[in-house]
Amino acid sequence: MVNTLPQVAALLPVFLLAFTGLALLLVDTISPDARSNTSMAVVGALGSLAALAASVWLVVSGTGSADTGGAITLFAEAIKVDTMALFFTAIFASVTALVVVAAHDYFHDHASPAAFYSLVVFAATGMALLAAANSLAVVFVALEMVSLPSYVLVAYLKQDRGSVEAGMKYFLVGALSSAIFLFGISLVYAATGSLLFAGVAEGIGSLAGLAGVAGLGIVMIVGGVAYKTASVPFHFWAPEAYEGAPAPVSAFLSSASKAAGFVVAFRLFTEAFPVGASLTAGIDWVLAFGVLAAVTMTLGNFAAAVQEEVKRMLAYSSIGHAGYVLIGVAALSQSGSANDAVMGAAMAHLLVYGFMNTGAFLFVAMAERWGVGRTFEDYAGLSRRAPVASVAMAVFMFSLAGLPPFAGFFSKYFLFMGAIDNGFLWLAAFGAVNSVISLYYYSRVVKALFIDDPASSSSLDAIDVRPTGLYAAVVFAAVATVLLLPGFGPVIETAEAAASALF
Amino acid sequence: MMIEALIGFTFVAALLVLLAPDEWAGRLAFAFSLLPFAGALYLWSGFDGAGNALTGGDIAYATQIEWLEVGGRTVSWFVGVDGISLPLVVLTTFLVPLAIVSAWTPIDARQSQFYGLMLFMEANLLGVFTALDFFLWFVFWEAVLVPMYFLIGVWGGPRRKYAAIKFFVYTNAASLLMFIGFMSLTFALGDTQSFALPEITQAIASGGLETWFGISPDRIAMIAFVAMFAGFAVKVPIVPVHTWLPDAHVEAPTPVSVLLAGVLLKMGTYALLRFNFTMLPDQASALAVPIAAIAVISVIYGAMLALAQKDLKRIVAYSSVSSMGYVILGLVVFTEYGVGGATFQMVAHGLISGLMFMAVGVIYNATHTRMVGDMSGMADRMPVAVGILVAGAFGYMGLPLMAGFAGEFFIFVGSFSAPALPYAPLFTALAMFGIVIVAGYLLSAMQSTLFGPFELETDYEVGPAPFHDVAPLAVLLVAIIVLGVAPDIFFEMIRDAALPVVEGVTING
Repeated sequence: MVNTLPQVAALLPVFLLAFTGLALLLVDTISPDARSNTSMAVVGALGSLAALAASVWLVVSGTGSADTGGAITLFAEAIKVDTMALFFTAIFASVTALVVVAAHDYFHDHASPAAFYSLVVFAATGMALLAAANSLAVVFVALEMVSLPSYVLVAYLKQDRGSVEAGMKYFLVGALSSAIFLFGISLVYAATGSLLFAGVAEGIGSLAGLAGVAGLGIVMIVGGVAYKTASVPFHFWAPEAYEGAPAPVSAFLSSASKAAGFVVAFRLFTEAFPVGASLTAGIDWVLAFGVLAAVTMTLGNFAAAVQEEVKRMLAYSSIGHAGYVLIGVAALSQSGSANDAVMGAAMAHLLVYGFMNTGAFLFVAMAERWGVGRTFEDYAGLSRRAPVASVAMAVFMFSLAGLPPFAGFFSKYFLFMGAIDNGFLWLAAFGAVNSVISLYYYSRVVKALFIDDPASSSSLDAIDVRPTGLYAAVVFAAVATVLLLPGFGPVIETAEAAASALF
Repeated sequence: MMIEALIGFTFVAALLVLLAPDEWAGRLAFAFSLLPFAGALYLWSGFDGAGNALTGGDIAYATQIEWLEVGGRTVSWFVGVDGISLPLVVLTTFLVPLAIVSAWTPIDARQSQFYGLMLFMEANLLGVFTALDFFLWFVFWEAVLVPMYFLIGVWGGPRRKYAAIKFFVYTNAASLLMFIGFMSLTFALGDTQSFALPEITQAIASGGLETWFGISPDRIAMIAFVAMFAGFAVKVPIVPVHTWLPDAHVEAPTPVSVLLAGVLLKMGTYALLRFNFTMLPDQASALAVPIAAIAVISVIYGAMLALAQKDLKRIVAYSSVSSMGYVILGLVVFTEYGVGGATFQMVAHGLISGLMFMAVGVIYNATHTRMVGDMSGMADRMPVAVGILVAGAFGYMGLPLMAGFAGEFFIFVGSFSAPALPYAPLFTALAMFGIVIVAGYLLSAMQSTLFGPFELETDYEVGPAPFHDVAPLAVLLVAIIVLGVAPDIFFEMIRDAALPVVEGVTING
């Protein structure tokens, strides 16, 4: 079936996202009077759901997988669609759909919501393109395509000082790290003479005295990845940006944008800088990622443990999770038998994380919509007025902590198991200890919601509306988080197959 | 498919009750909870298992479906029962309806959530006792903690937050320790590509452990044994990791205490039997003396602590620590009657401690105090409830023809001449001394609260308890007596499943 379609059909999800963004922009421009928050949100949600359906269909039909003739390359090999690209596109599209639906209620009284939806969808387009990049140039362009709308989104509430300040910080750090990343690319190009991943990998094998240049370039690229995934040492923008941004945007950035950073890392450090050739050339990025992973998860968890505001806690927890996923790169080894297992587990963790973390931030969005306040104390007793949403939040918290009845347990466990199988016991130990610490601050939210008494009898009166879209998004994310436990088999198997195609 | 139906129905029932209006959530939950009990009886009537599920015996109602495969290892949905797990399944489904009825009086807020969580917990408990794949088992094991945390934290007494957090932290830390212990076993079993417990047990028995990360197989087995023992010890609980239990019990509402003492503690002893004593019998027998010493200390120290308490619920809670010590002693001696008696004692203690907590709860419902010094002469006002409480207390002390006697008697018979345990008679004699202390504190507590002239420090009107408070007590008492008169209804199958465990051990010296 698929074989009869032109090869470019493999990019269908990307096209769908791009057209949705353009359509939103078009309607907004041509007939500004006809636009309404609801119709815009519906278009955005339908577009991203269509992209999700398309990518799932392509995965199921085996497009780009090893069974059907390998990855599909397009445009002079600048683009490569394989299972991993489609897997990540599915993550981006699901998060986008959730965020768009939730934003409908969040921005219910905003003057120009249409721009918001098109920016989100455009950023998602960039992410989907990033997942399919096969050349350093495409990586950079796609990365910027994600970053530029993101800066605007963070500062979207332009009357709100926090939002604008966060946007500014995000932009400055982003610009700096983009420059570093680009400089890294140029150094790698200088050393290897190619921008295509395959060419770079070939060049790494025969550096002939340019190992220092290539090494410096790779270090800079690691820096760019660290920025996009909010990992140490370029993590410090994340708490500010996530806290100041409108909560749906925080959800989008911390789930989808982080996953986009990781897809770049996964691709670059398997296809462009394969672990074997890099180590032979004396460039030990494995150790660099190992240290980054350990420091990132520890820093994120300890910082999250001392926060008083839920949103800020979630921001630091998302840094901690970046540390876990980094294990997917840090635990690769030249002779390791479990390279595909550990990277596949990292991909599966990102998928699960996409639902549980987005859901958690959307719950915060709901709290902001109600105006109940930001701290743990302000959340006290919310379960009495909003039991369904509170149960969903409890699911997210327990799943983020990695408690077994939820999907977060499986993905985290398989990640650590892959690391151990590959001989990285110390990374798994770091991860396990950090998971235990994380239970402390995640359970604080649950305790506040269910067990603590509200500060005063009237403090719950703020909950006077039931935003349908937000509720739907939160509940759907919770259901997905639970159902991914029994349904984890296909996910991890797809992810492993996708990862094994890279080695 | 019966086990799947049982667990699945209980989950669905939990959901329906959660959505039901508060007014009739309790009635609905009770009606729903009778069905799993009927299902368990059906499992019992058609039980055709033989031997121990882990050592290659015939597993009754087994289903094994592959769930997922990762890193070359298979995780499957693998459930089934043998002579050890079936009695615990019956116990769980029997206690839950009674606990739900006993909640009708004390639970007066957010009822649908309360009963929904009770049923949700039951479903997971059934999963714990039937799962035969490590992952599946672990998911259920941890899923029990979540409803328990809420049941204590939301409906508990004045210090409920502290008790709930303490329970959660203790048991989660313990789970992690146990998890790491078990995982080191699976990593060292290089050739076993499955998490099925029977497969792992048999692989270890046939010497499948390999050197891993430079650690020798013997040492890995020992590390795993100690880590798992420590993890499960918290759940049982054994002195000195028992301190979460009295807090949890005192703060938890009565029906929750009933399940906590009646079923949740048995998760710990069940897991000890399955993992430590069946999978790693040689390590258990090498550590027999320290384990037996811990068991005897739990018996004596738990009883002494109970002796010092003024709160009726605390007395029963600490005496649970003491009773669980007998179970550990029975397990470590590795004799047919020791291991079988320990399993029997799990069921017996589940019924008796359930009865005691329920009876104390009935008195509390009327008097709103549990302090020994606050009341006396309750027998005049609540004759039926008090009568059953006294009968239950005698069951606790080991009155012949009641279930507690049978369990303890089996354990002592098994432990007195145990070849696996040096100084077995000494340990047994010391443990038997615990019974004397039990009699001491129960009799003195009853004498001052139940008999003599009626006095009450508070101003509540005290009359006979309502029918639905007393009925579960009576049902429990009947069950205790039936099991005491005819222990063979369970002991036959328990012994059948315990024998392979006993035969698996190499006795050194």
